[in-house]
Amino acid sequence: MSEFFQATVLLGLLTAGVRLATPFLFAGLGEMLSQRSGVLNLGVEGIMLIGAFVSFFVAFESGNLYLGLLAAILAGAFMGLLTAFVSVTMKAVQGISGIGIHILGLGLSGLFFRLTMGSISTMRGFPRLAIPILKDIPVLGRVLFNQNWMVYAALLLVPISWAVIYKTTFGLKVRSVGENPHAADSLGISVTRVRYICVVIGSIMASIAGAFLTIGQHEAAFVNNIAAGRGFIAVALVYFAKWNPLGVLAGAFLFSMIDAFQLRIQIIDIGIPYEIPVMLPYIVTIVVLALSTRGRVLGPTALTKPFVRGVHT
Amino acid sequence: MSAIKKSVPSVQSIELRSVTKRFPGVLANDSVSLSFESSRVHTLLGENGAGKSTLMHVMYGMYAPDEGQILVNGSPVHFRSPKDAAEYGIGMVHQHFMLVPSLSVLENIVLNYPSPRWPFLDLAAARERVVAMSNEYGFGIDPDAKVWQLSVGEQQRVEILRILFRDASYIILDEPTAVLTPLEVKEFMGVLRRLVADGHGIVFITHKLNEALEISDKITVLRSGKVVGETTPCDTDKNQLAGLMVGREVVPTWQKRGAAGEKVILSVRNLSARNNKGLRALNDVSFDLKEGEVLAVAGVSGNGQKELAETIAGLRRIDGGEILLGGSNLAGLDVKQRIDSGLAFIPEERMTMGVVKEFSLIENVILKSHGTPEFASGIFLRAKKIRDSAVQAIKDFDVRTPSADVAAATLSGGNIQKVILARELSSRPKLLIAAQPTRGVDIGASEYIHKRIVQIRNEGVPVLLISEDLDEIISLADRVLVLYEGQVQGIVPPSTPVEEIGLMMTGGNTHYVVDGCEDSETPPTTH
Ligand SMILES: Nc1ncnc2c1ncn2[C@@H]1O[C@H](COP(=O)(O)OP(=O)(O)O)[C@@H](O)[C@H]1O
Ligand SMILES: [Mg+2]
Repeated sequence: MSEFFQATVLLGLLTAGVRLATPFLFAGLGEMLSQRSGVLNLGVEGIMLIGAFVSFFVAFESGNLYLGLLAAILAGAFMGLLTAFVSVTMKAVQGISGIGIHILGLGLSGLFFRLTMGSISTMRGFPRLAIPILKDIPVLGRVLFNQNWMVYAALLLVPISWAVIYKTTFGLKVRSVGENPHAADSLGISVTRVRYICVVIGSIMASIAGAFLTIGQHEAAFVNNIAAGRGFIAVALVYFAKWNPLGVLAGAFLFSMIDAFQLRIQIIDIGIPYEIPVMLPYIVTIVVLALSTRGRVLGPTALTKPFVRGVHT
Repeated sequence: MSAIKKSVPSVQSIELRSVTKRFPGVLANDSVSLSFESSRVHTLLGENGAGKSTLMHVMYGMYAPDEGQILVNGSPVHFRSPKDAAEYGIGMVHQHFMLVPSLSVLENIVLNYPSPRWPFLDLAAARERVVAMSNEYGFGIDPDAKVWQLSVGEQQRVEILRILFRDASYIILDEPTAVLTPLEVKEFMGVLRRLVADGHGIVFITHKLNEALEISDKITVLRSGKVVGETTPCDTDKNQLAGLMVGREVVPTWQKRGAAGEKVILSVRNLSARNNKGLRALNDVSFDLKEGEVLAVAGVSGNGQKELAETIAGLRRIDGGEILLGGSNLAGLDVKQRIDSGLAFIPEERMTMGVVKEFSLIENVILKSHGTPEFASGIFLRAKKIRDSAVQAIKDFDVRTPSADVAAATLSGGNIQKVILARELSSRPKLLIAAQPTRGVDIGASEYIHKRIVQIRNEGVPVLLISEDLDEIISLADRVLVLYEGQVQGIVPPSTPVEEIGLMMTGGNTHYVVDGCEDSETPPTTH
């Protein structure tokens, strides 16, 4: 067991942790924006799957990774519009319609994969991009500054999200729409418009998170259900984070480290069935969620509540 | 540094011409024609449901009128949203507060207002202006406080600041005094006078006659969506206004007979409890309720009244103390056992706790007694018995409904309250707890509810009446208990001057303190 804790292993663990945090960051920050406006987007997992497939397919066929990413963004926007239409315009029960979006994403990505590619193919994903000077910092350099550009983008999105939510006029509108849409409406803010924008941006980010699972990997490939519950964990993360970008960062690392850890255990084979470490992230999700609701920070008051002028809920 | 100042035109006059607004099944405004001028307080008086709010929402751009026209300064306008109305210099303080509790005062004020540093907020520039305005009107509002930390009165001032910040020259206030204590109402009237002196036009909505007579330059009475009278305070009086509002003469149909007895029925000793946030809501509350007595609990909303009613009814756990009904302690009993020992309860939340909205009136009336041998044999309900008894109760209690089979949700507030009364009083209770029994109920139904309460009082049943309406308290109570921050501030006769009761409600004057120590852990809670 002693070699398990050797420095190199630990370093590898941390590096993998940062990389694995990326999809949680994209999807979690997007989901946070959506929830801040009052819409629970439970379909994140399905949207991630679509993003994962579409980006890989387009990149594979065209040979251009950026084209693949663009395709994922467009697919995410489309899924976002669909989600917003169902949740905001049609005022469906968001928990249920989200499950529908998930099943749709799961089914469509699997179906198109079978129809178009059929078997597992691989290609090179975005390469590592070491950042000069910073990469030479001991430990941190290797862990943080020797990743691919999507990882950096995800990390940058944390302060950007924070600034957008707390420091901009748009962020103030989003917060007001999620807390008291009647107040926002009475000042001439279009609740519908703000919610559409947030849901679409959130869905695009979920789709990018999916793209990272394929073309963001050194050895890119698509397999059925590649998101493996990460979208749902991203939703849980937002609650854990108490709707704060810094909390999403902390949560993303917590889960990615557990993910990295369980991958190591599987490889090392310490004599326990591999299913047990695989379960770890999900068990932690449940425990963390059960504990994190104990603080009295409640989410956006209007979360999951459709807005009807004159009807106060 | 200064915020962008848009040039907002000054409203000299607003005219509504034959404005009609329908909701499904309701004619909320029926061809209303009215004109408003600047530098005047124009009061809209009317019962709940008369269409006052709807009319103002039309004037403020929230609803488009189905028919009719709005003219500002003589030219027709078409508001598509409140933003359009705001651009004409019209602002509105709504009946439901339109603030975001988790945001700061400043953030609420600048919400959807152009920022000079777009896309970023410029709170610094706004802060200067807000502080200046707040000082000018003597509001004393901390611009960085979160709105949820403010009292209801302060929240109202934030709404007014927000309107002034947008350079509105015409301000609509929808039932602003409904949530204020008597002292706050006095201050509020001062603010209205200041606003008018500064050239603002005011629409003041109320259903309180005294206030209309005190502050108005002009009074318009609405009933069932129509204008039924237009007058000035000098040309009218309370009786005439009440008659116009209700559409008939209003005379009290009840009278208290005899003094309260001496026998103590309910004795509450050192009761303590927490609110839903886990904070201390009742602190060492003690009082006796005697045979044939109405003990009215007065207090600003959120000072423990709700928790007091709920602890006695068995819906909230107590932290300490005793509740003795006829000598035996209720504290360990569950709700059913308390009902069986003779407790009747009219809850504050009539739609959620008072009735099952989706159930028929019949089902609602027998909700408590459906298990008794009279209405059930074994596990089966005796449908015929139940129907007959419920239909009779609905008739006895003057519930205005097309049928006893309609869902409770389809009735008006006043009629729902009568259904609840029918259920609670038909079980011949030993004690009645009535929490806000007439809030939001029209004058006719209010009168009826008062009549029933006094009737059972006259029969010797003690009543614990919790109300935020001081007029109601003074007319019904044998004694008045004032709650402040969860403590008994004093128990006084109803003949005590209203100003004095109002002062006690804000913790001003202590007549009789059960426990001398102040509980500094209990912040004044609003909501
Ligand atoms: N959004 C709405 N949808 C349907 N009916 C409404 C709506 N708002 C008000 N009403 C109805 O219109 C009538 C007038 O209501 P309102 O203007 O709120 O009266 P007031 O402010 O005088 O108490 C009432 O019968 C009410 O039930
Ligand atoms: Mg109203």
